Amino acid sequence: MRSEIRDLSNPYHDDKVSAACAIFGMIDRSGQCVSGDSVITAITNMHERGNGLGGGFAIYGLYPGYEACYAFHILYMNPDSREAMEEHLRRRFRLVMGEEIPTRPTRGVVNPPLLWRYFLTVNTKLSPGYGEDDYVVDQVMEINRERTGAFVISSGKNMGVFKGVGFPEQIAEFFRLDDYAGYLWTAHARFPTNTTGWWGGAHPFDILDCTVVHNGEISSYGINRRYLEMYGYECTMETDTEVLAYAIDLLVRRHGLPIEIAATVLAPPLWSEIEQEDAEAARLHTLLRQVYPSLLMNGPFAIIVGRTGEMMGLTDRIRLRPMIAAAKGPVLYLSSEEAAIHLVCPDIQNTWTPLGGEPVIGRVMPGATFTSAGEVEHVSADAEVATR
Amino acid sequence: MESDIADLGGQYSIDARGLDHRALALRMRDALRAGASQLSVYNVCGQRYIGTGLREAARVDLYGTPGNDLASFMRGPTIYVHGNAQDGCGNTLDGGTLVVYGHAGDILGYAMRGGKIFVRDSVGYRAGIHMKEYKDVKPAIVIGGDVQPFLGEYMAGGTVIVLRLNAHRHATRQPQSFVGTGMHGGAIYLRGEIAPSQLGREVAAVPLDDIEADGVADLVREFCGYFGYNAAEVLAAPFIKIYPKYLRPYGRLYAY
Repeated sequence: MRSEIRDLSNPYHDDKVSAACAIFGMIDRSGQCVSGDSVITAITNMHERGNGLGGGFAIYGLYPGYEACYAFHILYMNPDSREAMEEHLRRRFRLVMGEEIPTRPTRGVVNPPLLWRYFLTVNTKLSPGYGEDDYVVDQVMEINRERTGAFVISSGKNMGVFKGVGFPEQIAEFFRLDDYAGYLWTAHARFPTNTTGWWGGAHPFDILDCTVVHNGEISSYGINRRYLEMYGYECTMETDTEVLAYAIDLLVRRHGLPIEIAATVLAPPLWSEIEQEDAEAARLHTLLRQVYPSLLMNGPFAIIVGRTGEMMGLTDRIRLRPMIAAAKGPVLYLSSEEAAIHLVCPDIQNTWTPLGGEPVIGRVMPGATFTSAGEVEHVSADAEVATR
Repeated sequence: MESDIADLGGQYSIDARGLDHRALALRMRDALRAGASQLSVYNVCGQRYIGTGLREAARVDLYGTPGNDLASFMRGPTIYVHGNAQDGCGNTLDGGTLVVYGHAGDILGYAMRGGKIFVRDSVGYRAGIHMKEYKDVKPAIVIGGDVQPFLGEYMAGGTVIVLRLNAHRHATRQPQSFVGTGMHGGAIYLRGEIAPSQLGREVAAVPLDDIEADGVADLVREFCGYFGYNAAEVLAAPFIKIYPKYLRPYGRLYAY
């Protein structure tokens, strides 16, 4: 196993492996579900950025027919824990359907855990102010905290996370991702630096329908983690990126902030920049920094966030990790490297590098039309009004 | 000779599709050693280290999107990129020339010690970081568009010129750009104005009185030659010079 990983991650046996993590995301803003071929091709083109110790994908629009169900993807590090877990799920939910996630034997994917998915609805009477989403988050936290060998790696509706130890192209092959379609795909190739490469530690990280893929490291992990614990989020995946998924869930779903504002909390303007802003912007940014100092993400990062109907790219304030954006028609791409975008969309013209801390957001806008440069041309009256 | 390397009387071409960085580098080296005076590489797509360490004085044309660390440690060729370039172009470039008919990513010319880089459009963060010079060996970068923050960070020598001709997104007009943070050698020439708040603490800016001084006009003319600009028009606008105030800005930082 060791030597096989080494041969794949370092075929020329170089003294130094120059890896870095790769991220890629694609959203079709018309809402059309497409195959993941181009996303898999793109992330594979950045093979050198990963080292075979983590690869993964998030797909939205994944489970038509089960849109109303919470789709739990559960990773059984201990296969014997499955029966007890299913009994547990039946006690806490109505289990609409459960099945082993189809996989195929793939070279380079060794000793995979047992992987099942369950479609669940909440049949418990909940008190006012405590909704189904809150209930599901608490259930996920409880399962992952108990350390029975079962981990929920995906818990949203009509979406799912597929991840594991391997290169992303191997993980795609393993999970038969060619069988799925989605309007939003994110992908990750991992180069674990500070923490172990295990199946739960691969990206994307998820809570409900919020997923994050990340290149970099969150130096403020300890502060972020302790703050999130006060709101019931427990970090169990043994790596830093996890805090981002919970932070965005807290800010956007529970505190009701627009995702643009959430981005400002994660990567706020420097104090010296705030000093030069106009009074209104300075007041907002000062307020956000005062209310959420513990959700500021310190350290180098480039992330792609997926949520139902929405994709956001963001880098740290002084852009210590790369990200390039591109748009053509309804499709918006985000990537660690530009070549990957040109590979899957050869005639794309509009590519740009966002500033550090500047979110790039793509939203599904039914009925909207787009220019060839990817600008929103016309938004129908009933469509959600959104800007890039 | 590899079957996918075509030789047409000193003109060679390589199809890079499906080649990893090492396979492509070996084919390029073979072509140059075989006497190529002009080498075209098609379907370039993210391969790293293209041109690294090459010393032959040939013309190399790249079609597609070359990967990170293009022309690193290179000393000889002139590379034309017909497309956009990624991060780390000209990392520790030693000699030769890089011409990019598009934009480039972050840390352009990182630790560059010789040679020239011309980029038609804008570039990312930290262009010219750690550039250096030694006696009469002075590297130069000319950027046609705009730059993102931390231009010339820790710059120790050489020349960076930013023309801001065709920039759609004006990064140096953001509240803060930190131009020349930690800079202690060389000079940055900017066409147009810059607010004091956009400068790093270690630099000062003055109007450039004589555009012909320091070789600035010659570099701009060379840039205009590659990309079809009218040099007289470009040079007619006012320039400012950004220079380091201290030789050792952090000399006392850790000394008590």
